[in-house]
Amino acid sequence: MTIIIDRTRDRSKPPGPVSVAERQRDKGRPTGLYKPRTPIYPKLVHGRWRWIKWALLILTLAIYYITPWIRWERPGALPDQAVLVDFDGGRFYFLMIQLWPQEVYFITGLLVLSALALFLVTSLFGRLWCGYACPQTVWTDLYIYIERMFEGDRNARMRLDAAPTSFNKLWRKAGKHLVWIGVAFGTGGAWIFYFHDAPTLIRTFWVGTAPMTAYVSCAILTFTTYVFAGHMREQVCTYMCPWPRIQGAMLDDQSFQVTYRYDRGEPRGPHKKAESWEGRGDCIDCNQCVVVCPMGIDIRDGAQLECINCGLCIDACNEVMDKVGRPRGLIAYDTDAAVAARSCGQKPQHRLIRARTLYYGVALTVVGGLMIWGFNTRRTVDVHALRDRNPAWVRLHDGAVRNGYTLKIANHGFEPATVEIRYTGVPGATVRSPGLTSTGPLSVQVEPNRVTPVRVFVTAAADEAGDGRRPATFEIRSGDEVQSVPTAFDYGETR
Amino acid sequence: MSERERDEHSGVETTGHEWDGLKELDNPLPRWWLWIFYGCIAFAVVYWVLMPAWPGLNGYTPGVLKRSDRAEVVQQLSALQAQRGRSEGLLVTASLQQIEADPDLQAHALAIGQSVFGDNCASCHGVGGGGAKGYPNLRDDVWLWGGTLEEIEHTLRVGVRSAHPETRVSQMPAFGRDGMLDAGQVSDLSNYVVALSGREANPAAVERARQLFADNCAACHAPNGVGNRELGAPNLTDREWLYGSDLASIQSQIHNGRNGVMPTWEGRFSPAVIKALAVYVHVNAGGGETSGAPATAP
Repeated sequence: MTIIIDRTRDRSKPPGPVSVAERQRDKGRPTGLYKPRTPIYPKLVHGRWRWIKWALLILTLAIYYITPWIRWERPGALPDQAVLVDFDGGRFYFLMIQLWPQEVYFITGLLVLSALALFLVTSLFGRLWCGYACPQTVWTDLYIYIERMFEGDRNARMRLDAAPTSFNKLWRKAGKHLVWIGVAFGTGGAWIFYFHDAPTLIRTFWVGTAPMTAYVSCAILTFTTYVFAGHMREQVCTYMCPWPRIQGAMLDDQSFQVTYRYDRGEPRGPHKKAESWEGRGDCIDCNQCVVVCPMGIDIRDGAQLECINCGLCIDACNEVMDKVGRPRGLIAYDTDAAVAARSCGQKPQHRLIRARTLYYGVALTVVGGLMIWGFNTRRTVDVHALRDRNPAWVRLHDGAVRNGYTLKIANHGFEPATVEIRYTGVPGATVRSPGLTSTGPLSVQVEPNRVTPVRVFVTAAADEAGDGRRPATFEIRSGDEVQSVPTAFDYGETR
Repeated sequence: MSERERDEHSGVETTGHEWDGLKELDNPLPRWWLWIFYGCIAFAVVYWVLMPAWPGLNGYTPGVLKRSDRAEVVQQLSALQAQRGRSEGLLVTASLQQIEADPDLQAHALAIGQSVFGDNCASCHGVGGGGAKGYPNLRDDVWLWGGTLEEIEHTLRVGVRSAHPETRVSQMPAFGRDGMLDAGQVSDLSNYVVALSGREANPAAVERARQLFADNCAACHAPNGVGNRELGAPNLTDREWLYGSDLASIQSQIHNGRNGVMPTWEGRFSPAVIKALAVYVHVNAGGGETSGAPATAP
């Protein structure tokens, strides 16, 4: 006999009558293996940090949406888009900079720089990135703003969710989701402009002739934006993002983080207007820091994985402190060491220069310096010499030995270049390139923005012949750029 | 059906299996796993409907989309043929010089040439065309039958000592083996040939062989030994030796008179491919300077 067991349902309860206490206990107990999400209704708050967050939200979104539309004049048929990742042409354009696929180490360097900057900022000021600049935070903020437009603030939203289905609830929910999807589509839609000429793509996108990758990327980003910012929100930070888990390695007791000053706040408790503040803490347990938190945590529990360091609880608490007539800053950007010092009655000291910030600072300087050095020594014309290997050498009728080379001349510039090729290291060698007739050094015209292969034959006369392989050099001159490309000359076997 | 055993600590049912006192908990499968599993089943059903899926007695269910990889390959191949047709047409109509001068056309010819050379020529001439003992080096400037584009194309077309009616043909007699010269004479001649290429040899033998060379060799290799391209007779005064440069090798060649064979490629390759191959060989050999025997007898 086959028994079908529904494994998704919790089966831990033994059969039989269930007591009220048991039902009560089960209420908060997860069913199955997964903890259900407790919805978070962050309350709107006003204050300095909220204001900075709005400003950064507008700034970062503006950068994201406007960047692909900035034009940058480039010669010839090259794209006139200031920032463009051109996969078809295999080029990355950033203002006056043009990167080829083989220069991807500049992107690597940029990523290393970003990581080090993140480390440095985190060790100094905690997770500022998470709280202010991370796309997940910015878009979630935007989505909550839209939610608030349709459903009102925290209490109204909670009431609406608890209310039975009605026309009012339906249109508000539908409107919110429609605008969310619209924003998500705008997000995905803006992304693809970074990969194609924006004015062209915006036309072809609507008439259905845009590349399939544009539609697919747009669809994926629309979906992820809608799901991440609309539905998953803090779960992305808590469960999906690795950064909260790594941050512990960056933070120490001297890092500025959103901190509840328990030395000042405890013992907490409700406070009536006329009551004295003697013998008690400043925290009146009003829960405002909890209800404004987009992560749904209580900052008074101390630094925790979920905290994104956004400072909204600071604004909320300051508002309350103003009302009850106590000094601001019960919750503030502060360090663990300062809180500990204060609770021992000492004067807190902040140390920004510490071993770890020095390490990060030095690493940042070194990598940044390497990047600048790399950029400044970057040549417009780059030459690689490939020596023929099969056969490595050829004996000619008069006993002379000839080696063949293919020079790959990459012109990274936007203008045609004239390249002079000289060969040194083989005494009395004659240098020849098919199709080029010249006296003195070989002179080649190379087209801009492409690699031109040039065959070069070098012949060592019979009486100059040596043995084995000897180092040789191509001296390349283009404009005022001079480079030596090392290679070798193979004299072949002795006879 | 009896009640399944429940683990005391976790409250989870066990599978009822026991190994040395250890029991396996029958935890539910993760929900995400189950959803993927259901998703795969749904995908499979959709796939059966859309794509070829179930084998039958004669054939298979073609699916709603009627998709066939074979048909797609045929389509892609015909598209490729159409694309190649243009360049191949140009290969047919353009002259060899035009093909080599035009960068795009040359690149196309080199691509064809490389693959055809690798499949057909490399077994004798080497992958890079460097040749071997008895197989001419195609990278140097010495050409038995001429190194211009036209001459290379002609050699490719008719071959050397091949089955083609107009084949290029030359005959080096086996002087020693066939008894035309005795061993001493072969040895003297070898010394003479070594001396011809400007190297040291036994002077007495060279003197003895002077008349022998005039009688037996000069008809093809010319009185001064520079050879004759019309007859395919190699230049004996240069430093290029097909069968080896040392005295013993030369002696062996005069004794045995080896003659290699190059097959005709006409009929096996289209004229366009032969042209591409000629350009490939010419370009790889340096495309210009040629040496070897004079085109006609002096």
